[in-house]
Amino acid sequence: MLRYIVGRLLQAILGILVITTLVFLLVRLTGDPSSILVSDFAPVEVQERIRERLGLDRPLHEQYAAYMGGLVRGDLGESFNGRPVLDILLQYLPATVSLAAVAMAIALLVAVPLGILSAVYRGTWIDTVARTVALFGQSVPSFWLAIVLVLIFAVVLDLLPVAYRSGPDSYVLPAVAMGWAAVAGIVRLIRSSMLDVLDSDYVRMARAKGMPPRTVVVKHALRSALIPVLTFTGLVLASFMNGSVVVESVFAWPGVGTMTLDAVSGRDFPVVQGAVIMIAVFFITINLLVDILYAFVDPRVRYR
Amino acid sequence: MTIGLGAVARARSVGGALRRMPVIPIFLLGALALAALFAPIVAPHPPLEIDLSSALAPPFYHEGGSLDHLLGTDRLGRDILSRVIYGGQVSLLLAFSVLLIGGSVGVVLGLLSGYVGGVLDAVIQRTVEAVLSLPTIMVALVFVFVLGQSFTSVVLILAPFITASFARMVRGEALTVRNMNYVALARVAGASHMRIIARHILPNVAGTIIVIATLEVGALILVEASLSFLGVGVPPPTPAWGLMVDDGREYLATRYWLSLFPGLAIVMTVLSINWIGDWLRNVLDPKRQEL
Repeated sequence: MLRYIVGRLLQAILGILVITTLVFLLVRLTGDPSSILVSDFAPVEVQERIRERLGLDRPLHEQYAAYMGGLVRGDLGESFNGRPVLDILLQYLPATVSLAAVAMAIALLVAVPLGILSAVYRGTWIDTVARTVALFGQSVPSFWLAIVLVLIFAVVLDLLPVAYRSGPDSYVLPAVAMGWAAVAGIVRLIRSSMLDVLDSDYVRMARAKGMPPRTVVVKHALRSALIPVLTFTGLVLASFMNGSVVVESVFAWPGVGTMTLDAVSGRDFPVVQGAVIMIAVFFITINLLVDILYAFVDPRVRYR
Repeated sequence: MTIGLGAVARARSVGGALRRMPVIPIFLLGALALAALFAPIVAPHPPLEIDLSSALAPPFYHEGGSLDHLLGTDRLGRDILSRVIYGGQVSLLLAFSVLLIGGSVGVVLGLLSGYVGGVLDAVIQRTVEAVLSLPTIMVALVFVFVLGQSFTSVVLILAPFITASFARMVRGEALTVRNMNYVALARVAGASHMRIIARHILPNVAGTIIVIATLEVGALILVEASLSFLGVGVPPPTPAWGLMVDDGREYLATRYWLSLFPGLAIVMTVLSINWIGDWLRNVLDPKRQEL
């Protein structure tokens, strides 16, 4: 078990190393950031001074060492307005994380029962409903869903706030818009993994013994069927971080997404870079935790 | 009780699958694609034709609407129906370009990764995982900002993500096929590695490739629409669906149709593609019969 955890940990560290290097290289490959910052009409010295301040006049390996050294110490550099990038990220993070948590709760609450019912009543109208929901979940863009929700519940019915983060009711629309896309994936996953399990020998055995169907489904099948869902949860959380840009932009939500969009339009490059790194590291960490948790839940993983 | 007994996979013939062909999405997608292809003939107005005197006209079913502008006009008096039709051109062309570029690289990498194995496999797969853990929309924001806003930069930004997901899926399939007896036999018979990859492995992973390609087109159209919605996709005045939804936002309370119709076009297109993709998965890949 310990060996497994250490192995996964090393892999995660390697992953973070690859990503940060990738971000570093891509940023430099795509051109000199200082040329974006300076207007075409500014004197050459201005650009020179900016290059110096950003350390862009040094050789690549020195820049890399400085960049990685900073990352290790938790230093993501400074925003062009002088504030440390880390401070800015931490300021916007709570709004995004709390929204993602609510969205996740809504998604699970809808998707888990739907997925189970769809597998148990395979081929009936319940199954059809679940599959239709999944298909729509995959096909409706969250920004448009968000707008339609605002139109119906905020503009026409006037039940919920149009935008901004205020009381609990302000979470409803953005969380539904965000969680919606995840429902599709979770329903599909639970359905297919339930179908596999329902077809397994031990479930058939339990049935043959004359156990009530409800007990078979809940006690025997569901437990094993939920394991793959655990893995997927990590992916879903990561996709929420990604989707946050879109949904937050519709609801003027003060989170990481809005911050990144502002940083992009304000050409605040260090902030944008910091946000990408943070989200990637977040993603890798979640996956690491999920894998470790997986090993606890499913003993087979440990001995592979 | 028959709970779960249906899970015992019924034997399905290809003929049976064809009979269950999803007619509605094929028809919808066909209509959309044809309209996009022949947009200059089908669209009632040129997509960029500005007519301020008829700006913000409502759709035909509303009071004050006219049959000249079936779905109304935007704030510059441009015909919404025409722009939705031309928007299909943009979305489909972009998705297919990304798929062609990113997908072909991904198939090659996946085959190499799965067939050769070893260090090459490890390097490719770690890189693939790293790329897949990058947040697409965030990364796209950064790169559009660096590369400049254009059709080409959106294609270049999205292609690596497609490459990564193809490389991963194809690798998995190639790995299974590689260990089949017939591959070993071909090797014994003196076939070169290139020949084995081309003649024995590739045909066997083709089904998977078609299925991922279909499902990825849907996802690509959604991402492209999200990017243009955020103002970092293909630049205006190109009639992109996401851009049109965004344009309509400020009129949401009074003129909902500005955002509603382009959004419906996205939903219709992606829904049809995913529906067809699900069906293809059942036909081509009975092992993975999910939904």
